[in-house]
Amino acid sequence: MNMSISEIEHEIIEEFGVFENWVDKYDYLIDLGKSIPKINPIYKTDENTISGCQSQVWLHAKCENSVIVFTADSDAIMTKGIVALLIRVLSNQKPEKILDAKLDFIAKIGLEEQLSQTRATGLSSMIKQMKIYAFAFKEKL
Amino acid sequence: MSNKNNIQSLFPILKSSVNNNKLVYLDNAATTQKPNSVIAEINKFYLKENSNIHRGVHHLSQVATKKYENSRLVTQNFINARHSHEIIFTKGTTDSINLLASSFGQLLKKGDEIIISEMEHHSNMVPWQMCCERSGAKLKIIPCNKIGELDLDMFNQLISNKTKIVSVTHISNSLGTINPIRKIIEISHQKNVQVIIDGAQAAAHVKLDMQKLDADFYCFSAHKLYGPTGVGVLYGKENLLNLLPPYQGGGEMIKDVSLLKTTYADLPHKFEAGTPNIAGVIAFKKSLDFITETGLGNIKTHEDKLLDYATEKLNSIKGLKIIGTSSDKSAIISFIIQDIHHYDLGLLLDKMGVAIRTGHHCTQPIMKKFKISGTSRISFAYYNTIEEIDHLILAINKAIKMLS
Ligand SMILES: Cc1ncc(COP(=O)(O)O)c(C=O)c1O
Repeated sequence: MNMSISEIEHEIIEEFGVFENWVDKYDYLIDLGKSIPKINPIYKTDENTISGCQSQVWLHAKCENSVIVFTADSDAIMTKGIVALLIRVLSNQKPEKILDAKLDFIAKIGLEEQLSQTRATGLSSMIKQMKIYAFAFKEKL
Repeated sequence: MSNKNNIQSLFPILKSSVNNNKLVYLDNAATTQKPNSVIAEINKFYLKENSNIHRGVHHLSQVATKKYENSRLVTQNFINARHSHEIIFTKGTTDSINLLASSFGQLLKKGDEIIISEMEHHSNMVPWQMCCERSGAKLKIIPCNKIGELDLDMFNQLISNKTKIVSVTHISNSLGTINPIRKIIEISHQKNVQVIIDGAQAAAHVKLDMQKLDADFYCFSAHKLYGPTGVGVLYGKENLLNLLPPYQGGGEMIKDVSLLKTTYADLPHKFEAGTPNIAGVIAFKKSLDFITETGLGNIKTHEDKLLDYATEKLNSIKGLKIIGTSSDKSAIISFIIQDIHHYDLGLLLDKMGVAIRTGHHCTQPIMKKFKISGTSRISFAYYNTIEEIDHLILAINKAIKMLS
């Protein structure tokens, strides 16, 4: 049985709880960014681009066995780190669970600033887009 | 350096800490910090002087009007304009250029041409694109070379008897290049073409003399000169400003209004419709005072020293490449680092208290030209120090280590 969204969020919060300073936290985020499962290059299309002014994100979604599988990438490693976290939380979940997810783990691990307007990374649009996919697939299922 | 510390003490925000580090503010091309004198003047206005200008017979309105008009005189002196009514107060450079593009637009027709350059800020690009769309005029672009200098040969080929306006930046905000505007003005005037200079990045860094320079129009923003946001200057030669139709209609800009026909006020009021940023304009004088008292010569000497020092230090970082390497540069350095995204660098530097700008700097065409999505940019003001550059270099090295 898959872990639920809130279980995964909880796990991430615990992982980040051990960091005593920002360097360790960001190092971890960078590692996550490097280890993100590669998006198939054929999905790195304009259509799948979520553009931000500073860094951009590519997001692909498909529905398999009534869960949604997300893959994504970004040109900035820090953005990629957070993208990796979001995928870990939301991929392989049922559409209705994705729609309900509040994702407050991002604030709890001290990364909410990454979603702010001024960062313009495309991350907040990415979350929106993930929910739009969830909505669309839910209608289809 | 103790002298420099004294300068920093005039700017209260520079004492801040960011993420537990003392702030190192290197984003001065975006906006400069404000000295106490400017902040105090804004405060004083709202505490003791607030009222509308040019309208009331009462005491406060007299005081405010006098101070507002005094700012105009000080601005006139600052750029050595011939007349004070050649100084129009606007909201900023963007507003000044939009005013020109809109008013000029009414005089242009199909077949006319406007020349800008490839390195323009979007503020000196989009208004002209809109102007062309409305008037049917055509936009021509002066390209720049690999080190970020304008190609004057191409300019000579582009300019013709169809050209009505040349509008170029004095200093590039993304490359730091100081353009040969005197030469551009000379060439244009030989063909009877009027020249607009976007001086947003220049006015705080190089001495301006409108009578010597002979630019027809010159635009800049107070907030990049240690002054308040929401205040800009449009300098224009008297005869040309008189020829231009007004930009916005409203109060203040009229002489006589009847229901069907209005006669416009004289300069400068013809272009200053509505209640302006009175406190800002008044406080702007204090920032000009700061620059004048410091001396633009001293400012340039100090900033050039910072530029040379930082350029050398940055060049010693492996994989780092400076974008924009003209021999005539202002204190702006754009760079990229191999395999490192500017966003990641900016984020980590911020964690270490260093504020830089990352992205395309509102100059997307020039980024495309250099085939990059953006750069990291540092830009200096008079209050920056060699020590801050040392801190920057340490921080960049640490960030590179983390990111690779
Ligand atoms: C060269 C140049 N032109 C125009 C502008 C626009 O100035 P403002 O935003 O103050 O209107 C800027 C500001 O970044 C600039 O650097």
